[in-house]
Amino acid sequence: MTTTSLTSSRGAGRAGDKVFSGAALAAGCLILAVLFGVALFLVIQAIPAFTAPAADIQGGEGFFAYIWPIVVGTLIAAIIALAIATPVSIGVALFISHFAPRGLASGLGYVIDLLAAIPSVVYGAWGAAFLAPQISPAYGWLATNMGWLPIFQGPASATGKTILTAGIVLSVMVIPIITSLSREIFLQTPKLHEEAALALGATRWEMIKMSVLPFARPGIISAVMLGLGRALGETMAVALVLSSGALTASLIQSGNQTIAAEIALNFPEASGLKVSTLIAAGLVLFVITLAVNMIARWIISRHKEFSGAN
Amino acid sequence: MTSTLTPVRKRSALTKGQLPKYAPYVVLGVALVLGAAILALIGFNAFGWGVVSAILFAAGLVGWSAAVEGSRKAKDKLATCLVVGAFLVALLPLISVIWTVMVNGIPGLLNPAFLGTSMNGVTGVYDNRAAEGTGPVVGGIYHALIGTLQITLLATVISVPVGLLTAIYLVEYGNDRPLPRAITFFVDVMTGIPSIVAGLFAAAFFFAVVGPGTKTGAVAAVALSVLMIPVVVRSSEEMLKIVPNELREAAYALGVRKWRTILKVVIPTAISGIASGVTLAIARVIGETAPILVTAGFATSINNNVFGGWMASLPTFIYTQILNPTSPSNPDPSSQRAWGAALVLIILVMLLNLGARLIARVFAPKTGRR
Repeated sequence: MTTTSLTSSRGAGRAGDKVFSGAALAAGCLILAVLFGVALFLVIQAIPAFTAPAADIQGGEGFFAYIWPIVVGTLIAAIIALAIATPVSIGVALFISHFAPRGLASGLGYVIDLLAAIPSVVYGAWGAAFLAPQISPAYGWLATNMGWLPIFQGPASATGKTILTAGIVLSVMVIPIITSLSREIFLQTPKLHEEAALALGATRWEMIKMSVLPFARPGIISAVMLGLGRALGETMAVALVLSSGALTASLIQSGNQTIAAEIALNFPEASGLKVSTLIAAGLVLFVITLAVNMIARWIISRHKEFSGAN
Repeated sequence: MTSTLTPVRKRSALTKGQLPKYAPYVVLGVALVLGAAILALIGFNAFGWGVVSAILFAAGLVGWSAAVEGSRKAKDKLATCLVVGAFLVALLPLISVIWTVMVNGIPGLLNPAFLGTSMNGVTGVYDNRAAEGTGPVVGGIYHALIGTLQITLLATVISVPVGLLTAIYLVEYGNDRPLPRAITFFVDVMTGIPSIVAGLFAAAFFFAVVGPGTKTGAVAAVALSVLMIPVVVRSSEEMLKIVPNELREAAYALGVRKWRTILKVVIPTAISGIASGVTLAIARVIGETAPILVTAGFATSINNNVFGGWMASLPTFIYTQILNPTSPSNPDPSSQRAWGAALVLIILVMLLNLGARLIARVFAPKTGRR
């Protein structure tokens, strides 16, 4: 009697183990399947856009003539965002990790995290309703005084709804990402390196330049790449802020468009081939951000033993 | 003659060549006054005053320091000014966004019908009347609130089991083999999927499986869970990792099966961190606009069925009210509703963030490694 009950209970336990580890494995594989499925279904739905006659695609010159300007627009917006966000984020991260009083540091980190908590559509609404009108006089000034530079060529947009405004709003959304990753890495700097520098008579800035920044460089690069991934894919800030148009070099005129905003603005009313075209555009965005993110993750994993950003 | 008798404080050799302690305050005062004077010449505004004073302050302090202390200390002062300046610059948009949403959103929220009515039957006629002052601003966000809560709930129901089980697989069954390493890598990659691509994936999936043009709340929930799963996996994984190994070994030593050890020992120990991670993940996806835009359509009436028909949500409500006002000639009532909805959304997100912190603090394990 006892033996049977023992074996049966052992059997149940073994089955439980099998079921549980099987479920855990299945969940892990499901994630791989989902990522694979994202690529697969996007490709399936996008194929008509690649095979359709060129005249049927929006613009009438084929898919690549359609996607090229908005890829460039996406890159312009992302580059503006990073050009603003990178120095500010590194400064903020340094402030929190090395300059702020110890007791305040974690609270200040939380304040910066609040920036990440605000939904993107609210940033978009803020950019369109508050920032654009406030900043348009500055564009007028740029057009009259720096107009000889192609990027500041006039006439400036009267509403301020330009790619530069969109880039500024994007940079606000990227700052918390780069800040929190860089802060983690700055805090990982070996204390002995810092103390050695200070003991040699270095000022605080010299200590940071000699010990913190060289240590953190790969981490900063990958944090910026992750921020780039976010800036490339962000939709609402651009869709609400930018009054879109053809590709232009000038940042202070209305014009340019990004992939994500193009999809958001046109997908709800699209049908037929237009849906395929937009999904194909999404596929292009997916491939670009995937490449950026994989490079960033690869840099992090290469320096895993040094940095804490994994 | 008497002046020679007054005691002269001798400066110590140690403090020679240093700025006095009060130097920053003096420079700040001078910079504020000078800044006000300059701004008074070209037209005063508070923002310009702050910027000009900050530049004057940095220039003055660095210049003084370079004259007295030498170039190395001056560079240090400059770096400090830049770093503090960067922090203040990063705070500006936060304050500005919250201020803008409060100022514009409170009038909409004070409308008693705002939370309780939908946009069903609200047309431009009513908005024109409201803009002329002959009628109230009608319409509200009830349908959007219902939609947001249902879609987010369904996304949570999908993501939490998958995410938690994956985290358990990675931590408890992983052992640094190729498959877990691949999963970890692709979870990280998934974190970076643009939200609109997640939406397109869900749309493409349902277009292919159910039929073209399928747009329901459930499609949006699938899109949101694609965004939510990696966040849940990462946070749960971190929490499971810090459960002390001694607890597992003690359970094994008592003859407890691995799955029971995980269910009865590991997860209860880590539950506070897991719960707060899930709450943060919800806070992240509740404000997503783009995936819902391409998967759930726009609805103006109340739809309580996640699996059928178009559904509204707070973010898409804000988006459409701003981009396509109900009355194109009088967008003010629409933007009042949009800002009211934005305020509600921000309050929801902040409550979730606060809730996550509370959960983490209140239910923290008594025996965790600190």
